[in-house]
Amino acid sequence: MTTEEIISTLSKQIAEKILKQPGRAIGAEEPLISSGLIDSFSLMDLALFVEDTFGARIEDTELNANTFDSLTQLASLIQSRRA
Amino acid sequence: MSVFSQKLLALYQNAPNQIALTLQKAGQADAPMTRAQLLQGAQGFAQTLAEKNVQPGEVVLLILQHGEALVYAYFGAVLHGAVPSIMPFLTEKLSPERYRADLSALLSITKPAAIVTYAEFAGDVNAALQADSSVRTLILAEAIAPRAIDASLWPGLARQPDDVALLQHSSGTTGLQKGVALSHRAVFNQLNSYAQTLKLNEKDVIVSWLPLYHDMGLIAGFLLPLLCGAPLILMSPFDWVRAPYRLFQSVSQYQGTLTWLPNFAYNFCAQKIRDRHLEGVDLSSWRAVINCSEPVRHASHAAFYQKFKPYGLRENSLHTCYAMAENVFAVTQSNLAGQPRVERCEREALMNERIVRESAAENAITVMSSGAPLPNVEIKIVDEQGSDLPERLVGEILLKSDCMLSGYYNRPDATQQAFRDGWYLTGDYGFLSAGELFVIGRKKDLMIIGGKNVYPQDLEALTYEVAGVHAGRSVAFGVFDEEQGTEEAALIVEVDSEDEAEQQKIADLIRQHVTKNSAIALRHVKVVGPQWVIKTSSGKTARAANKEKFLLELKNNSR
Repeated sequence: MTTEEIISTLSKQIAEKILKQPGRAIGAEEPLISSGLIDSFSLMDLALFVEDTFGARIEDTELNANTFDSLTQLASLIQSRRA
Repeated sequence: MSVFSQKLLALYQNAPNQIALTLQKAGQADAPMTRAQLLQGAQGFAQTLAEKNVQPGEVVLLILQHGEALVYAYFGAVLHGAVPSIMPFLTEKLSPERYRADLSALLSITKPAAIVTYAEFAGDVNAALQADSSVRTLILAEAIAPRAIDASLWPGLARQPDDVALLQHSSGTTGLQKGVALSHRAVFNQLNSYAQTLKLNEKDVIVSWLPLYHDMGLIAGFLLPLLCGAPLILMSPFDWVRAPYRLFQSVSQYQGTLTWLPNFAYNFCAQKIRDRHLEGVDLSSWRAVINCSEPVRHASHAAFYQKFKPYGLRENSLHTCYAMAENVFAVTQSNLAGQPRVERCEREALMNERIVRESAAENAITVMSSGAPLPNVEIKIVDEQGSDLPERLVGEILLKSDCMLSGYYNRPDATQQAFRDGWYLTGDYGFLSAGELFVIGRKKDLMIIGGKNVYPQDLEALTYEVAGVHAGRSVAFGVFDEEQGTEEAALIVEVDSEDEAEQQKIADLIRQHVTKNSAIALRHVKVVGPQWVIKTSSGKTARAANKEKFLLELKNNSR
């Protein structure tokens, strides 16, 4: 799966399941955590989705804006862990 | 033992090296703290407050994260005879500007003499202080070292039982301007009565992740264990929400017996914990997991039980409680020897006629008991005219006890409104059945989101700061989400434009602005054209009527 495909899968999931706005487009560089777009309760959902979909684990201590804050950063984290 | 400091001294003298609490932080080893260490840390803060000329009886505001400093500063204020109050710490989501505005709201009414915070946060706090501020000293927690215990330097020992012991605020501008003031007597009356109801004993270990600025965390998950001498395992809410499995590992590791959770946490834990995080976990020591602080749902208990039964959770460990800061904490508690009673009743009769009628119909409503009143609490249900109602009729819940608040701090107006003929008006609806309380709704517009009280007027006021939104044309309300087991915030905002793209743009701006300024993530934001919002004859928005209209549209659209 390419980085672009990962980003588009993540974007769709976040818009539909977390934000509950299926039509919403999320920019690859848009801040997700620091902006408050994804609240702390939804971070768990995102981590579970990433593990189930891409087989990449994100530890709970990594669920913060320092580890990833945009789809690009999250996708590269996923790529590095799938290898 | 009539005041906090006397009780703390007695516990220490009785067993100085007993572990009072164990602090857990993600990525760090557990940090046990003995009663002696707790008081040494507190001594450092108590003497600092004296040196800074803070007087006993004055309010000390604590802006600290979960950790040693918060524990030391809290009890330091107590030993000094001052009145501690914990303010939620800034989260990464909340804008610093809004945090300062919230802090100003609290300062303007509560008028603390001192604030304790971290060096890195001092700038933000200073920026919120007005020229005529009541705050005379800002204490930086890092600079305060523990000192040798010396009870002759504890003005707190000379406090009187009816003096205010602590303040407890709920969140948002409205909540921060209404600090619940509790006396030493009220707190001890609650703790004694609740300990008796729980049959608290020397084998009990309390495990909590609840925030200490909330009554459930502060009383059940902090003062109850620390003032009754029961060991406490305390983790941070910030860590828990990212790793909910840690609660179960801690219960297993420390043979935890008692835990309090808001209803949403039952769903959250049942849905989001991986089995690999529960390997080797044994929950058989857990004698009560008590559901409290938002409406209790039987379906949430059932999901939690199914998930954790294989790890030794007993079904009769699942309990309920109805509590509020104004009564210190617990009002009712389900009988720990049994299980909370569950009834199925006719939906129409309950909602419209306010009568409880048993029903086996498919669309019947399942209601779960919150238990019987504590021995020191009296409850009655009244109709709109204030007349007493018999059992199985729904009305407002009124209560009377020997552990009520002294008042809303510096708010005699709000205190007076809260009582009628010596009864506290809870603003919640419910009914009694065989002496047990069933809570079914709220008269007040207050929302409870993930256990946190949220005032709709605070969210509405935020929307007016967004370009294109006019004051008085927003409505906020809570919508219950079955899957999450809690309410979610919804906002309807009326704008001049009928253009959909323009409305979508405004909706996005509102989401960002409200989330950043309230730390509440909005689930539904509906931007509508003129004439959508229903107003009352006085021109105010009618929250209930607009909610009904919104839910109807949602239902029709999903068909």
